[in-house]
Amino acid sequence: MSEARLKLPNFGGLGASIGTVFTVLTGFWILMMILLPVSYMVDFSFRFDLPPGKIGGPEDVHTLDNYRYLLFGPPGSPERLSIFGWEFQANVLHLVVFFRTILAAIFVTGLNFLICYPVTYFMAQKARGGTARLLAVCLILPFWVNEILRAFAFRILLGGGGVVNEALIGMGLISEPIDFIRADVALYMGLTYAYILLMVFPLYNALESLDRNQIEAARDLGSPSWRIHWRVVMPHAKAGIASGCTMVFMLAVGALAVPQILGGPSNLWFTQVIYDRFNTSLNWPLGAAYAFVLLVTCVVFVLLVMRLFRVDLGEIAK
Amino acid sequence: MSADVELDRMTIRFGGFTAVKDANLRIAAGEFFSFLGPSGCGKTTILRAVSGFQSPTEGRVLIGGKDMAGVGPNRRPTALIFQNLALFPLMKVWENIAFGLEVRGVSRAERRKRADELLELIALSGQGDKLVSELSGGQKQRVAIARALAVNPEVLLLDEPLSALDLKLRQHMRTELRAIQRQVGVTFIYITHDQGEALTMSDRVAVMSAGVIQQVGSGEEVYRTPATAFVASFVGENNALRGRVERVEGGYAVVATEFGPMRGRAGPGLAAGSEGILFVRPEALEPGEAPENAFSAPVLSTEFEGHASHVHLGRAGEGKPIILSLPGGATAPAQGAPFPVRFAADAAVALPEGETAGE
Repeated sequence: MSEARLKLPNFGGLGASIGTVFTVLTGFWILMMILLPVSYMVDFSFRFDLPPGKIGGPEDVHTLDNYRYLLFGPPGSPERLSIFGWEFQANVLHLVVFFRTILAAIFVTGLNFLICYPVTYFMAQKARGGTARLLAVCLILPFWVNEILRAFAFRILLGGGGVVNEALIGMGLISEPIDFIRADVALYMGLTYAYILLMVFPLYNALESLDRNQIEAARDLGSPSWRIHWRVVMPHAKAGIASGCTMVFMLAVGALAVPQILGGPSNLWFTQVIYDRFNTSLNWPLGAAYAFVLLVTCVVFVLLVMRLFRVDLGEIAK
Repeated sequence: MSADVELDRMTIRFGGFTAVKDANLRIAAGEFFSFLGPSGCGKTTILRAVSGFQSPTEGRVLIGGKDMAGVGPNRRPTALIFQNLALFPLMKVWENIAFGLEVRGVSRAERRKRADELLELIALSGQGDKLVSELSGGQKQRVAIARALAVNPEVLLLDEPLSALDLKLRQHMRTELRAIQRQVGVTFIYITHDQGEALTMSDRVAVMSAGVIQQVGSGEEVYRTPATAFVASFVGENNALRGRVERVEGGYAVVATEFGPMRGRAGPGLAAGSEGILFVRPEALEPGEAPENAFSAPVLSTEFEGHASHVHLGRAGEGKPIILSLPGGATAPAQGAPFPVRFAADAAVALPEGETAGE
């Protein structure tokens, strides 16, 4: 066909008109809610922090200064970072926070997976209808409580005079209260807990669709449980695992409330740094640059990991 | 190597429901043994008990003389072929076949070699690197068999493995399964609701109904000398003539049927004065008159089936029509006309009244 046609999704018998409406609406949503604001921020990140009077003036030109600042700090800063004996000026504090945030988010994602996989596997494959539904409700209900409240509840539980410490002291396991907040235990627990459902749902979808006979066939052929999971269950659930891990990772990296409330005094989350640029220093271009670097790094990281595990982007949307 | 399998007074209950009741039989090493019965009769439960996925509520399962209580499915010398085959879709064909060897820590090269040997056995040489989804139904079937045989099981358990195939392929696979069984010499325990499969392939068949093993015997035995009314009505077509048993003597019984007293071989447990059913196969009925075992009934319809025609004769009560088979060349009798038929006493069997299939 010579005529190029826009391929519209087929909405059953409703025809092309409704298809067009939904496609246009989705396009509008992507444009107005995502592309425009984000590209505005991206543009912002390449500009100087000017007083309102000079915006649009001759000094309002594009610059890489904000990105330079994240890497090297203010010009002439004495801070140095040394990698393999190569020393250079660096914005040590922010870079350390940046990479620590990403590592911590990876850790939270892994922890989340370790907790959710067995629970979800049980729900999807072992539990009978009623038990599975009860479990699902138990998982969902706590999320009616808002995030701030949940985070503060963790603080109360894990604080110096909190229930957990009291209980441990009461049982004679420890004599001095453990500072879970300073040790970042509270932060990791809070973050892991915050995104449990985002891991459970895609995992459940994937695990539930696995034919139980496959598990039994592997067992019948002599396989121990770990190998059944490694060779049969996880490959089947790969897309679900990728989908859950991606969401948890992205949201953990971008979390703000939980690190703010549960983070130890020494542990800054990179989102807090970004928040400070916008709100405390009122340097929006710098904040935008920081946020943009975080976004790009995370997207690249996720795509690399997906390539490593041979998962398609289309698969995780299933 | 093959092992015998023994069910020792085995009962399996799910809550209040008895799925298998007091199963007691011994399957010889190297035998092709089938459990035949309608769906829900407990035959799959027996298979799961032998494979280890289900433990008996009472009684024991012995394989090669050893009590299997507490031995998991992964540690039994059995391999199970699932109804839906349950091949691993994300593995290549040869990886599927070699999975049991992978579990046993066999090296990759060794696994590949063994998989290729088995692929040759199932006539799929050179297809090892394909994905399971690239194979046809019959090929998948054979891969499932090879995967089970790869672990050198002493007993191979097959759960209606042919039910998903079309008729032609099913018939072909029957011959092939039988040939593979002869070749490897492993004990085959085969579950099916298809009597054609059970009768053509098996050395012996156990006919089951409602959790109870009704009869164990060769295909010919269960067809010619059914032990219960259920077996008589489930295995092959049969005409049931009900009535009071007038007398039992010299191995024969006379039943007062709706067409008058009829004589046939007396089945086990038949007592004079009780209710009984005289079963006559359609092919045992022939047109004509005789001093005994003859009656006439109006022709309802005639179905032409090529090698034979089936004539349906109406009867007074609510009962199913009487069916008789005429050779293909015979002319169809006129509809509505009374049609005289007769049968030899040796071709009929009288059994105590009991549950029958498909009524």
